[in-house]
Amino acid sequence: MSDFFSLLAEEFPQVRSGLWVTLEATVLGALLALVLAFALGLMAGSRLLLARGVSRVVVEFFRGTSLYVQLFWLYYAMPPLTGYELTPLVCGVVAFGLNFGAYGAEVVRGAVNSVPRGQYEAAIALNLSPARRLWKVILPQAWVQMIPSFTNLLIQLLKATPLLWLISAADLMTVVQTLRDRTGETLTAYLTLLAAYFVLAYALTLLMNLLERTAKRRLGLEPGAKSLFKSRSATTATTGGAA
Amino acid sequence: MNGFDWEAAGDVLPLVLQGFKVTLLATVLGTLVAAVLGLAVAMAGRAPSRFVTVPVRVVMEFVRSTPLLVQLVGAAALFNTVEPLVIGIAVLGVHYAAYTSEVYRAGIDGVPKGQWEACRALSLPPRRAWQAVILPQAVRNVLPALGNYAISMFKETPFLAVIMVQEMVFEARKYGAEHFAYTEAFTLAGLVFLVASYPTSLLMRKLEKRLGH
Repeated sequence: MSDFFSLLAEEFPQVRSGLWVTLEATVLGALLALVLAFALGLMAGSRLLLARGVSRVVVEFFRGTSLYVQLFWLYYAMPPLTGYELTPLVCGVVAFGLNFGAYGAEVVRGAVNSVPRGQYEAAIALNLSPARRLWKVILPQAWVQMIPSFTNLLIQLLKATPLLWLISAADLMTVVQTLRDRTGETLTAYLTLLAAYFVLAYALTLLMNLLERTAKRRLGLEPGAKSLFKSRSATTATTGGAA
Repeated sequence: MNGFDWEAAGDVLPLVLQGFKVTLLATVLGTLVAAVLGLAVAMAGRAPSRFVTVPVRVVMEFVRSTPLLVQLVGAAALFNTVEPLVIGIAVLGVHYAAYTSEVYRAGIDGVPKGQWEACRALSLPPRRAWQAVILPQAVRNVLPALGNYAISMFKETPFLAVIMVQEMVFEARKYGAEHFAYTEAFTLAGLVFLVASYPTSLLMRKLEKRLGH
């Protein structure tokens, strides 16, 4: 067992760069997904049939075709078809962004729909412009409801990043795999890897809980300090149809 | 090698469909494992002793928060004499049990308190109370959510290709590498996923509406 950890310490710069790739893919993928989720989710509530239709088709397409096929398609199938080649990390970010953006769109749609009708009516009665109505009245309330589901999606995105190993990006999994090959300590290597992902996931959960608390405070709700340490609930992951 | 080669697409389709059978088998058996194990975990989570409930919750939270791919590759490396498909089904089942157990927990919590009290009033032994009163009501509420997890498991089966289970993506990759036709192979694999999963999710949504969720 000590072999593995001494090699881990020796190769620390490599491990750190692997960790960095994993974090980069998670954060950039999540940002792209967030932008897409809002764009597609708000389009789904549009009055225009065309906007609703486009959103529906895009969401069903990216939810329906499996992340793994999307990632492989971007990496293996797109270059011969179009002549453009993306680096593995960019492939990952684009695939994660599109796939989780599609799931996130359902979260946004559901949360916006769940804001009481009266709030819309009050905003209209106050003669707010549509943009201000959305920005000042609807979104702050919907946002609080979106965060728990977004937390789940974020953790799922983090859990998808080891796929980068398959398209040869040097992420955390790739680095630890090479360390395992060099020491032959299978059990230690994978337990370390699992522990690392668990710590990352828990750190992200804490950050998202903090975000939820801030969002609730803006609405005048005062959640206790304990709410920061609550674990995420698995059941909310099922909202928005097929997970 | 530019453009979409329809001939190659025709060649790869039977292979992809052959892999699809394995994909489907893994999904069905994996769902079965997750459904049974999830229920066991949910019931263990309600045990009277904290020495049972706390470790169960911690382990499940750990399984839920760590990547399936690492679990899969790790299990395959540790038990390298076991058939890959068996490992794949077991790991998928355990991973999803961490999710289904939460669904069961909510389903069991959703059974009105009066039902428990009635069981006690009738002095039913705990075993009979679960079997005859609580579970039939809980499981009915839980079915749509289980279906959704089955669909999401279906879309995660390509992971199994990594440990050499010859499912759909494995076949697509093999053909792609041999004939340099990744475009056609992966496009078809994606379409098969879409064709299979979209109607299923529509069906699940209908079932959910009918059950009043």
